[in-house]
Formats: sequence, structure tokens, C-alpha cells
Amino acid sequence: MNMCEFQIGGTTLSALPSGALWWAEGRVLVVSDMHLGKSNRVARRSGGLLPPYETKATLEKLKTDLDRTRADCVISLGDGFDDNLATASLSEECFDLLQSLMNAREWVWISGNHDPAPVKLGGRCVPELEHEPFLFRHIAQEDHTGHSIEVSGHFHPKFRLSTRAGSITRPAFLWDKHRLMMPAYGAYTGGLSVTDPTIRNFFSDHAGAILTGTTPVAIPAFARAVTSATSPPWPGNPRPRHAAGSSG
Amino acid sequence: MQSPLTAPFDAWFSARGWQIHPHQSDMLANALDPSLLLIAPTGGGKTLAGFLPTLLELASGDHEGLHTLYVSPLKALAADIKRNLRTPVAEMGLPIRIEDRTGDTSYTQRKRQRADPPHILLTTPESLALLLSYEDAPRIFKGLRRIIVDEIHALAESKRGDQLMLCLSRLSSMVPSLRRVGLSATVEDPKAIAKYLARHPDPCTVINADPGPDPDIAMLESAAPPPWAGGNAKHAIPEVLEQVRQHRTTLIFHNTRAQAEIFFHNLWLANEDQLPIGIHHGSLDQKQRERVEQAMVDGDLRAIVCTGSLDLGIDWGDVDLVIQIGAPKNVKRLVQRIGRANHRYNAPSKALLVPANRFEIVECHAALEAVKAHDLDGDPRGPGPRDVLCQHILATAASGPFDAKMLYDEVITTGAYTQLSNDQFDACLDFCATGGYALKAYDRWQRLLQRPDGLWQLRDPRSASTIRMNMGTILDTETLKVRMKNSRGGAPLGEIEEGFAATLTKGDTFLIGGQIVRYEGLREMTVEVSRRADKTPKIATFNGTKFATSTQLSARILNTFQQNDWPELPKHTCDWLHLQRRVSKLPEAERLLIETFPHDGREHICLYGFAGRNAQQTLGLLVTQRMEEAQLDPVGFVATDYATLIWGLQPITDPAPLVAPDGLRAAFDHWLSGNAVMKRTFRSAATIAGLIERNSPGKRKSGRQATFSSDILYDTLLKYDPKHVLMQITHEQALRGLVDFGRIDELLKRTEGRIDHVASTRLTPLSAPMFIEVGRVPIKGQAQERLLGEAAEAILIKAGLQ
Repeated sequence: MNMCEFQIGGTTLSALPSGALWWAEGRVLVVSDMHLGKSNRVARRSGGLLPPYETKATLEKLKTDLDRTRADCVISLGDGFDDNLATASLSEECFDLLQSLMNAREWVWISGNHDPAPVKLGGRCVPELEHEPFLFRHIAQEDHTGHSIEVSGHFHPKFRLSTRAGSITRPAFLWDKHRLMMPAYGAYTGGLSVTDPTIRNFFSDHAGAILTGTTPVAIPAFARAVTSATSPPWPGNPRPRHAAGSSG
Repeated sequence: MQSPLTAPFDAWFSARGWQIHPHQSDMLANALDPSLLLIAPTGGGKTLAGFLPTLLELASGDHEGLHTLYVSPLKALAADIKRNLRTPVAEMGLPIRIEDRTGDTSYTQRKRQRADPPHILLTTPESLALLLSYEDAPRIFKGLRRIIVDEIHALAESKRGDQLMLCLSRLSSMVPSLRRVGLSATVEDPKAIAKYLARHPDPCTVINADPGPDPDIAMLESAAPPPWAGGNAKHAIPEVLEQVRQHRTTLIFHNTRAQAEIFFHNLWLANEDQLPIGIHHGSLDQKQRERVEQAMVDGDLRAIVCTGSLDLGIDWGDVDLVIQIGAPKNVKRLVQRIGRANHRYNAPSKALLVPANRFEIVECHAALEAVKAHDLDGDPRGPGPRDVLCQHILATAASGPFDAKMLYDEVITTGAYTQLSNDQFDACLDFCATGGYALKAYDRWQRLLQRPDGLWQLRDPRSASTIRMNMGTILDTETLKVRMKNSRGGAPLGEIEEGFAATLTKGDTFLIGGQIVRYEGLREMTVEVSRRADKTPKIATFNGTKFATSTQLSARILNTFQQNDWPELPKHTCDWLHLQRRVSKLPEAERLLIETFPHDGREHICLYGFAGRNAQQTLGLLVTQRMEEAQLDPVGFVATDYATLIWGLQPITDPAPLVAPDGLRAAFDHWLSGNAVMKRTFRSAATIAGLIERNSPGKRKSGRQATFSSDILYDTLLKYDPKHVLMQITHEQALRGLVDFGRIDELLKRTEGRIDHVASTRLTPLSAPMFIEVGRVPIKGQAQERLLGEAAEAILIKAGLQ
């Protein structure tokens, strides 16, 4: 698997092509904003009948990531379900698939704005989780200044890169010295540009971004804001890694 | 001749010294026919011919409520006709109320019209569909006698027409005695339009107006020869200006908006006399366009550089010359454009063709011959699109409970849907009701429910408003407004595609509305620019339709090639064709010419399919894919209306297997499913069918996590439910549209494996212009990942990191 390693606060993390975060040392896989059951909620609320396959697609993606990383622990960083009724709407097939993934390991549901109440599927349900050196929560907080590094989701950051054959937009990780923001993992999740003030204001000019996709690509997130004579525009030292773990 | 007119009309005509045209009295004589189609050239008093029976029937003043519905593809036309009709009605003192109803009509006005409809209502297909989706539709249309569909030839080319005809089937059920009238410009197959208009199986009377004298049409001779490739016709600017000088008003038509912008820019650089010349195309701001139209009506402009945006619409009385820049691609459209120069009834319209490159000289010549021979072209319409049917079913549900069998019987009275099977209809109904998925996930949340009495209705009545908001078959591309930057948000200039805007960085320049502007930044979904006249502009890529040269015109070009000599063509072109014949061959209709040759360190293969740009592009994608399998290392290709040129690393000794029909079709199906064209087609079908909601500007502006892209829905369906009805619809439409596999099929049938392979040692005269064509396609595969890596690396280097 092509993954992209980067350093944050002295810890090495890997951005997976799927948009999951792999913390090898802690054997933890983090996914954010899966929005399971989204098509069902849309049907219930607005009458739109989207292809009802996104939950299966998302869970199959998660299974692939878990098979590859053999993670001991999964943290769902909030909005794991599209709303509280969505747990009940899971098809039998998806329910069984999720249970089989959960059975083998520790599982933490961090509550999000879509699914604030604890879900009844097993696993731990908490509003936040401290796990040295990280603080996992759904929505980034502006006043977060503590010594821990905040890992959050919620905003579905995406990044647009201009190439010589037009621009390409991908869900993206975004991080600086104090925090890491994760892309949405769910199949039917849109995104908000990292340059939108809502996201931009959380980060220093020296933030880095990793675009998801077959080969995750790391770049300075706000390159134009960086003046030429400064230190490298990002913390840590991202580099792509390939299948057998050989560094690239 | 006994006048068919009654007293006040007779007096009114005589007072103006007018005589009723023969086709106008024919329309009166056949006024009671269930369907009536009038074919008349521009300026032939077509609209009056359509309305005369209505005015006569309403003159007595005893009709209550709506009598005639007039539908036109343009809002502006509805407003214009309202003015034109009110004048005679007022002057004759007729008791007739005439109103229009379009997207611009105020809410109060629209509400009042529903309560108390006028005698004559002028509207657009979209507004009519909306009216029909209200519960009180049967009451509104109770007294309706006639419906007039203007510019039906144009509507018949798009889904708007299909939507309109489905609406007509509804109206005919409400009012069985309703008479249908179609007004059309000259078309190649009036019977097809008649069948399209009539309620099946009703007959349709076709009335042909006197087409008038043949147009005075020629190629514009320019001192400088046209270039080998390209489309901006800059070489002919002095001659075009001279023609503008010599005529009162000239319309200068272009095939694309980008070409119109460039030409307008160059024209003004050379316009030493400061002749008043304007520009008009679909990406310009509405107010700007209206200003140009008004200036035109007032006779203040000597010329307008324009695109298809002026193909329809108000008759400009004073146009005495039409200039077509670039090959016309399609004879029928050329004839309709020429008809715009109709300053005097029964005087020939005058038109000039300006080929933009050498090849277009041959094409323009072939088009001239076709116009002289009255040989119009056109492709037969396929069956009515089912995404439009899905929308129609939802709209029907919004108006009230319906019986599925009755709706099906009604739908198949529509010309385009007569072949629709019961199963196909049921699949559309199922899609509207449950989503139509193999996985039945929405039992509790169906959009439509069948009641115990068998009728279908909305599960949630409130969803009617969502359905209404998403009605229509015109899809907005993702465009951004362009404004001059100033403190109060300066003058709006027009729109550019979001994709193009994304490639701009501060300081870049581009052309819009004939001005070079400088990109300053993006503010709240608006591109802010400043005036900047001293830099070479980047060119805006507008999403205007790229027409492919028609099958008939391509056939004529191939015929021209078979002549021994070409005395009618300019000498440089004639020499060029002779040289091609000497060193290679000229393409023939029943054989496929393939040239192979090395050039510039690469191996080239050029396929002269004459299948039109879209099909040649598809052919390029298919052949390169097979080359890749055969390890012939294709690197890229470029396609024109006539040929596809591919370059790669390995020499090709036997090209025949690359174009063998069987493998080509198999490769096609596989290739098609993952293709971007399919995703674009899916997006449009899914929006029309009501699966995804339109992106309203308000929603995008709010900056919330935007809606996911329709590509994801496509990928999901492809993986989990590839036989879904929307996937079928997408496949069907892509084949006919951008992919145009039909033309490749036609090419394969026409040539039946007869291949002329010319292995040359150097590039050939006919292929030479292909080398300077724009729009080269790199072979993908891992290309996107490679591009991303490349762009990222460039940023890293710039940032001093590598």
C-alpha cells in the first residue's frame, strides 16, 4: 500500500490512500466522518433516493485498511453514523460486517455533531479521547493550546491542486505543529476547501497537506502565504512509503 | 382571391398596404386540423401565420379563459411577441387579453394568471411544465383550444423539446380537442418534425411557405491564404471589415464562444474607422446581451460578432449580410443562419463563408454546393430520453395522484415516446418511487406510494416543492460570474467555467466580452478582474457546444476528393490536394485511409475516418488502448472532424487489427464504463431524472461541506448496481452524444474492413495540419497520479525543499 509518512510532535504517522490515519507505534487506525447510513437519512428527510450502497462501500474500504494494517484499535473520530437513527437502518449485511470488524479489536466511537448520543453497537463511546501525545475530538477548537496534539475531523477538508492538465481536487489531511485535521472517510461525503476561512483559520502558514488517492501526495498547504526566506513550510518530514514498507 | 379574413382584419391589412401571404391563408384554411406544421424561412410572417386563426376565433369576444398557449424556446421571444401582438389587437379594438409567463414574471403576476388566465398566454417549455405540476392545472387549461410551438425545429434537437411534448400529452388528456400548431424554420425532414409534434396517431398537415429566392452565397476571398490549422480566421480580418463597411448590418457567426471572443478582439484592433461593432454570446452577462440586442434593433450597430445565441430569436429587420467564420459543420444550421439576412421579403439573403484553415476551404466549398442543391442534413432523432420521462412522472405526481396505466397510455401518444415499452415505463416509475435499486432499501421511505385504490401519490406532499425546484432539462455548468473589481462590486461582464477559473492566478489575463481583463482574485464565488489591454490573453474555455461536421457534409467532402482536379478551389488548396494524391492517397468514402510515418523521432498513425470530431476522439481513445495492449507504446493523439493522429514509440506495420470491428466494440464497452464522458452524461441524466438536486447558488455560497460529486454516485452504481436504469440511460445517451459511437459504427459499416494503408517515410500533406491542432490528449492510465506528483514536486522545488 502506498502511504505517506509524516512527523508530528516527534511521532510518526501515516496517511493512507483511503483517508484513514495509521499510527503504527500505537497500532491505532483513525477514521473520521464515515457518515454510515447517509443515503437512508437523505431518503427519510428530503425524499431523495440515493444509491443505497455507500455504507457497504465505506465498510469494505475500512475492512481493507484493517486487513492491511492489522490495527489493534480503531478510533472513529465522530459522525461515524449520519444520525442516531442510522444505526437502526443498517442492513443485516452491513451490521454483520461492522460487527466482524469490531469483534477483533478495541473500538472507540467519538461522538460527533451528527451522532451525539452513544451508539449501541459496542465499543466505547466518548466525547473526547486523550491518548498521549494526542487529543482526539470531532471538532477542532480554536483555543486548543495544550501540550497535546489535537486530531479532529468534521470539516471534510479537500484540497485543489492545479496541474498542467487542469485542477484535481482530493480529500486531504491538514496539519501543523498543534493539530491534525482529517478528511472524511465516508463514500458520500463532500468537502470544504482548505482555503475556506473556516478551516484556514485553524492553521499556521506552515501547515502541510496530504492529498488522498492511489498515491498520497504531500505538499505545503498554503504555499503562497509562505515568504521565501523562512524555514521549511511544514513541521515534520513527510515522505512517501511503498508496499513493503520500503521508504521511497 | 376571396380574402379568408373577416372585416376588421381585412381593413387592418389594407390600411398597411399588406396582403395576406399564401401560407397564412393556408393556415387559416386548415385551422381546425388536429395538428398543423408550418415550414417557413425566417422573416416569412411565420408568427402571424400561427396566431391569425386564434385572433379570428377570439374576435367575437365570447371565449372565456385561456384559448391559445404559445411556447417558444426563448423568454425574449415571448416578450417580443407580446408587444407585436398587442399592437394589432389594440388597433383593431379586439377584446383579447395577452400576457407572458416566464422565469422573469413576478410572483403576484404568476399567481393571478393561475386564478384568471388570459386569452393568450406566451410562455417557455419550463414555465409550462411548472404550471402543469400544480393541482389546479385542469382548471387553468379548461378552455384551451390551440397550442403554438414556435421554433420547433430547435426544440426538437434538445431535451427541452421532449419535456414540452410530454407536457402536450398531458394537456391533450385534459382537453382532448386541443389543436397543435408547430412553426419551424427550413428542415431536412418535415415529416419527422410533424410526427414529433402530432398526438400519435393523429395526422399532421404540413404547410410549406414559399422558401423565397435562393441565397446569394459565396466564399470570401482573402488576400492572405488561411493558415494550415486553427480557427481564428485572423487572416481575413481586412476583408471582413471591408464587407461590414459596405453593408448596413452584418452578423458575423462563429462556432464557439472562444473563437468569437478572439475574432472580436482582433477585429477591433484593426477597426480604424471605429465602426460600431458588438459581441453577443451565451456566456456574456444578460444585461450586456440585452444592450447589444437593443442597439441592434435601434440600428446603432454595423456588425455583431456572435455565436448560436443569435440563431434563434427576434428578427433583426436590417441585417443585410451574414458572415460565417469557420466551416459551418452542418448545412441546415448554415441555411438557418443565412436566413437571418432577410432585410427585404423576396430578396435573396446574402452570405459569405470564411474558412479558417486550409481544410475548411474544402468543407466550405462542400457546404456551398449543398446549400445550392437544397441538400440539408440532420441525424434522425433517437427515442425520447427516459431521464426526461422520470422528471415528467415526478411532475405528474406533484400535480396529484395518478393512474400508472393511464399515464403510460398518455406518454406513448408523444411522437418521441411511441416505442416506449410498458417495461421501460415501469422501470422509470419504479425509479421515481423506490430509486429502482437492486437492493430494496427504501421500503419505508419511498418517494411515491401506491394507494389502496391503485393510484400513485407522493409519500410526503411537501416534496412537491422540491420536485418543482428541480424541474427543467437545461443544466447550468459550474460557472462563476466575472465582475470588474471596485469597492462597490463593479460591472458584471459574464461568466467563465469554474474549471478555467481554477487555472488562473493573480495577474493572468483572459478575454471576455471583447476586453482583456486581469484576474485579481475570487470573492464570494465571483471572479474579480481589472482592465488590462497590454498583455496577450489566456483564452477562456467556454463550455459552448462543439459541433461535429455532419455525416452528409463529410460525405460531400469525400466526394470532392474524388475529382480529378479542383478548378473551383483556390490554387494553394488545389496544389495541396494534388500533392497528397501524389505522395499518398486521398481518402475515399468506402475505404479507410490509414497513413503511418515517422516524424520528429516518433512513429505516427493517421486515421482518416471522417466521422466528426467526437467520434474521431473516441476512435483515438479506443485505438490507443489497443495499441497499449499490443505494446506499441502510444504517447498521445489529436482528433479533428476528419481524422485522428496518434503518436507513439513503436512503428506500426499492420494497422488493420487496430481497427477490426469486433475488438473495437469489446474494447469500447470496457473503456466506456470508466470514462469521464460517462460521468458527465450521468451527472446530467441524474439531475434531470431527479436523483440529485440542482446546485442552487445559495447552497454553494454558504461554504458548508459542499454536496459530494455525482462521480461518486456513478462509481458506486457501477460497482454495486451496474444495471440500474440510470446507468442504462447514461449509456444510451453517451453513445449518441459526446462519445458518438454511432458515427464509428457508421464508419465501420461504410468501409467494411477495406483499409488503404500507406506507409510513408515522412509526414503527408493531409496530415500536416494535424500537427498544429490544439486539444492533444495524453494517454492516461497512471497519468493523473503522475501529474499530481509532477505538480507537487514543482511546488516543493519552488519552496526550496528539494
